[in-house]
Amino acid sequence: MTIYLPIAEMSVNILVILGMGAAVGFLSGMFGVGGGFLITPLLIFYNVPPAIAVATGACLVVASSVSGAISHFRRGTLDLKLGTLLLVSGLAGSTAGIGVFALLRSLGLLDLFISLAYVLLLGTVGSLMLIESLRALRRIAKNKAVSLNRPGQHNWVHRLPFKMRFKKSKIYLSVLPVIAIGFLLGILTSVMGIGGGFIMVPAMIYFLRVPTGVVIGTSLFQIVFVTAYTTMIQATLNHTVDIILALQLMIAGVVGAQYGVRVGQRLRAEQLRALLALLVLAVGLRLAIDLVLTPKDIYSIVTGGHA
Amino acid sequence: MSRFPAVAAALRLLVLSLSLLSTGAFAVERQTDKVRPPEGIEIGMSTNEIAITSDFTGADLTIFGTMTNIDDYLQQIGQYDIIVTLEGPRVDTTIRRKERVFGIWINTEQMTFSAVPQSYSMTSTRVIKDIAPQQELASLNVGIDHIRLFAANYFGDIAALDDFRQAFRRQMLDSGLYQTNPGGIRFVSPSLFRATLKLPANVPNGVHMVHAYLFKSGDFVMETKLPLRVVKTGIEQSLTEAAYGNSFLYGLSAVIIALTIGWAGSVIFRKD
Repeated sequence: MTIYLPIAEMSVNILVILGMGAAVGFLSGMFGVGGGFLITPLLIFYNVPPAIAVATGACLVVASSVSGAISHFRRGTLDLKLGTLLLVSGLAGSTAGIGVFALLRSLGLLDLFISLAYVLLLGTVGSLMLIESLRALRRIAKNKAVSLNRPGQHNWVHRLPFKMRFKKSKIYLSVLPVIAIGFLLGILTSVMGIGGGFIMVPAMIYFLRVPTGVVIGTSLFQIVFVTAYTTMIQATLNHTVDIILALQLMIAGVVGAQYGVRVGQRLRAEQLRALLALLVLAVGLRLAIDLVLTPKDIYSIVTGGHA
Repeated sequence: MSRFPAVAAALRLLVLSLSLLSTGAFAVERQTDKVRPPEGIEIGMSTNEIAITSDFTGADLTIFGTMTNIDDYLQQIGQYDIIVTLEGPRVDTTIRRKERVFGIWINTEQMTFSAVPQSYSMTSTRVIKDIAPQQELASLNVGIDHIRLFAANYFGDIAALDDFRQAFRRQMLDSGLYQTNPGGIRFVSPSLFRATLKLPANVPNGVHMVHAYLFKSGDFVMETKLPLRVVKTGIEQSLTEAAYGNSFLYGLSAVIIALTIGWAGSVIFRKD
């Protein structure tokens, strides 16, 4: 059963797309991530043009993050001031990222850049997560207490100027690292189609020393708005959002996520992180192999000049 | 495309009457003047617009035509040949070449050919190299090998240019956008013919041009052409138009759909 994707200009098997959406939804529910960093490479493996995969991935993250964002907002488990600062810088980053995206596309380097960025990001994050979770697992085996957050300790981040008080998080912090994180993740949303939760959450915990209770809510708040904005801009300027593709992925993803959450609640956090790390590394490795293997045809005709 | 048989029937009538008229005129002329007027070719289609639904998987397009003022003897021994082509809308097309840099395959070179037809379908009475000499076909730009690929801003070496041109033609043939159907022209009567052109599944939108070329004993006689508008219809087409024409609203709806589905999912599956 095939369905034609009007923007990607290709026919795809609807069952494959639904399966992909359900699998990524399951994993994102299980690990509590948006899933953009999984769906974009999967779509690229399925020969969806990387530009379309990235923009559609951003659209998908909107759907997978909104319900979490609403429930955190209702419970008040977010720092609105910190979230707004991250959001404003995220919007600026996303706008800059779209510019980079369009420029790379015109130079014919976009596909390569997306793959390289994924290899780099997935490789780094996957390795770090694997090392960290293995250490935690070993510590648990030795029956030692696990301490993720070490409040009271200060690092160089807390010596930066332009400090601002974030009441909800009970921290007094320079705005510079906050703006830098928001901006960087905004760029990544544009060029990689990710919400960036799996980068933002550790960055806020380890780097900014934000209390873990408000971290998830604050990052989801930022991600929903930045990915929604990026989807809008991608659709308006680059015409790369495929609504038919996004629709199938979203519906399957939302259903898959419900089951993922249930499974995730039964597994231990350290085991979950180790599994996610292995998955991230596998995806990164596959992309790296594709970059090195000799392509079927070294020539490619550029499509997308629409009347 | 169930509409083609009806079209064909209507065309047959039209063209038959046309050819009757012209042979009548020819008979009169022959009595008064021994000099034979030059041969001509005319083609007709019942419509100048084809609507294609989004589940379209390719089809045959039938074109009727007639040759005028032909010599019956020459026709009997097969000295007349016809080539019919359907050229898609012309756009500047870029082709890129990858090279291995530090172990990674990167697009390093690119070339833009000016005003290249997005699709090209050809049919003929015989294989075209048997119809006319290469130079003749090349000067008319007839045949996939003779479509003009002019790289406007390229000043590099000629060998690379040739590689790009070959790669372009190969890929267009592979994708089905360029195709040939030698022997797809049949004579219904000595002067009336029927040409069957293949429309690929991915036939581009826009104004196509049907060209018909008449050859006599390997020499080009004349050419005639007719425009054909290809309009895609259906939900996918409306979405494509929205994505390019109303891109802001398209993006806004994408976001609203995403928000709705994400929110609805959590409501439907809520445990409490």
